[in-house]
Amino acid sequence: MLKIKDLCASVEEKAILRSLNLEIKPGEIHAIMGPNGAGKSTLGNVLAGRPGYEVTSGSVELKGQDLLEMDPEVRAREGLFLAFQYPVEIPGVSNMELLKAAVDAKRQHEGKSELSAIEFMKMAREACKAVSLDQSFLKRGVNEGFSGGEKKRNEIMQMMLLEPSLCILDETDSGLDIDALQVVANGVNAMRSEERSFIVVTHYQRLLDYIVPDFVHVLAHGRIVKSGDKSLALELEAKGYSWLEQEVL
Amino acid sequence: MSEQVEKLIRKEYSAGFHTDIESETLPPGLNEEVIRFISAKKGEPEWLLEWRLKAFKVWQSMQEPDWAHVTYPKIDFQAISYYSAPKSLADRPKSLDEVDPDLIETYNKLGIPLHEQEMLAGVAVDAVFDSVSVVTTFREKLEEAGVIFCPISEAVHKYPDLVKKYLGSVVPQRDNYYAALNSAVFSDGSFVYIPKGVRSPMELSTYFRINEMNTGQFERTLIIADEGAYVSYLEGCTAPQRDENQLHAAVVELVALDNAEIKYSTVQNWYPGNEEGKGGIYNFVTKRGICHTRAKISWTQVETGSAVTWKYPSCILKGDYSIGEFYSVALTNNFQQADTGTKMIHLGKHTKSTIISKGISAGQSQNAYRGLVRMGPTAEGARNYTQCDSLLIGDRCGAHTFPYIESAHPTAVVEHEATTSKVSDDQMFLCQQRGLDAEKAVSMIVNGFCREVFKQLPMEFAVEAGKLLEVSLEGSVG
Repeated sequence: MLKIKDLCASVEEKAILRSLNLEIKPGEIHAIMGPNGAGKSTLGNVLAGRPGYEVTSGSVELKGQDLLEMDPEVRAREGLFLAFQYPVEIPGVSNMELLKAAVDAKRQHEGKSELSAIEFMKMAREACKAVSLDQSFLKRGVNEGFSGGEKKRNEIMQMMLLEPSLCILDETDSGLDIDALQVVANGVNAMRSEERSFIVVTHYQRLLDYIVPDFVHVLAHGRIVKSGDKSLALELEAKGYSWLEQEVL
Repeated sequence: MSEQVEKLIRKEYSAGFHTDIESETLPPGLNEEVIRFISAKKGEPEWLLEWRLKAFKVWQSMQEPDWAHVTYPKIDFQAISYYSAPKSLADRPKSLDEVDPDLIETYNKLGIPLHEQEMLAGVAVDAVFDSVSVVTTFREKLEEAGVIFCPISEAVHKYPDLVKKYLGSVVPQRDNYYAALNSAVFSDGSFVYIPKGVRSPMELSTYFRINEMNTGQFERTLIIADEGAYVSYLEGCTAPQRDENQLHAAVVELVALDNAEIKYSTVQNWYPGNEEGKGGIYNFVTKRGICHTRAKISWTQVETGSAVTWKYPSCILKGDYSIGEFYSVALTNNFQQADTGTKMIHLGKHTKSTIISKGISAGQSQNAYRGLVRMGPTAEGARNYTQCDSLLIGDRCGAHTFPYIESAHPTAVVEHEATTSKVSDDQMFLCQQRGLDAEKAVSMIVNGFCREVFKQLPMEFAVEAGKLLEVSLEGSVG
């Protein structure tokens, strides 16, 4: 699914990712953990092609294609989805309008016809239900006046609708209470499949009780310094990150 | 020149007023005789000729205004031809193949059906059959309701009392430089009268008039809603309109008598000039309505065209409890300049006005909101709410706000809110991350910004207006 080789990236000329390597196979869930400022969010943004995040060297392949060559919207249509840590508001543009355009853009890319409004609404309603969002959210402006938890659930709802092949969750658990966390986790778990991979970026082990990862990686100083299975997350929870940083440096 | 005019006039007189006027165009220039010629051409009664001549005298004594935040080369009013007969079928393009391909491309982007494209481009088709029957049914329905909707030149003859009473009653000849010019030389326009207590059975649209006449550059519109009447009037269309005349100076007058309501929606998409700012229409328009007791006038405008726009649809809230509204979207791209806004003149007690203005600037354009809210000494308990938002796309354009507030009554309340924002990188990236390309993302964000105004437009118009913004913004993102 995804092959990252010696990826180096900088933001405003400051090197953030330093030779990062990671390979993800279809169906796998990889958790990325690490201390503040390690480059966790940068990884998601670089993969999604956010302007301002400059790749200085290395390569990334998505399903065998050169990801870094693609415009951000093409990456999205190719199945890369980034659930934002801080979803931005777009006043006056309804969720429904954005999502219909998004779904249509992806379908067009795949050579399929546009969905009818009725088909789309049916799908959208189901996605709302899956993350316990009232259907009225479809008509509201994108993230306009949503609470923190509603914004995150909205991201998952969008993810369900777009059926991406690679989902990147950027600290989706931050600011969520335990109920909302469970809703989000249920949404993700329902989407797990042989063909779909996940990168779950998180600060805390807590989320991984609900979304059980196949691999856990520790990101520090811009590279992956330790990888393991779920038990690594528990170890980190108990011991913190500093021992690792010392071990590596 | 005057000799030529005289000759023409004489010829007209001898032949009677209703001669075939095909392929007649006056040479450039403006003087009293030109006005006499225009009036004679239309077979106007003496009072209207006098009215025009008075306007011309006033105009001669006036100076072209220079206070607007726009710059353009000085207009030579003697270099303009003030009368041009409607083009005969023979002069028109024979098919769409003869029409500017850019124009056709834009029609296609807007999804305008072929036969409408022919109509809009002025192709010499034998008056499209579909639309002829539509127009006929339309006319019959209006007649049943007693609604008058006709060219103002026709109304002058058929309903002289109404025209005489109300023409210039809201925008007097001496109101401003362009209004005076229009009063002197106006070509044609619409006349609407809704009788007492009648609700117009349908929206009246200038669209139905398109093939009927060439209103030209000095259009004059007069709409009268009698007591308790209601009408919704749509002006313009989203299709880009080209015109050989660079200067446009229209006047629109609305009269809402007691308890009447007029809703006036405009989509203006005149040719804005090319990407370097060459060519394009100068649009200097005077639009104003007067509200009597408990009457309401609502202006909604979507302005995307013209090289220079100078336009302030206004309301005089004369009657107690009357209401004025102004909803505006003005988009400028490339080198366009717009100075637009409104005037709300509160005279009556407990009068209310709302102003929602959305200005969008892209490219190297300049976009100004200019609005006056005046609470007169008799405007007890009057209220105004103004919200004025500007959106910038890129960093070479400008947005300006000039609010003027005058309050002469202690109980009057005026609220003004203004914001300026940019299409943020974060918003763009969110859209792109969901699979939308940059242009689609911008147009979606801009449409969202305009939602409050689009809500005021009749449904179909609103959809078209959204598409129009999308097309107008093309090339505004790198």
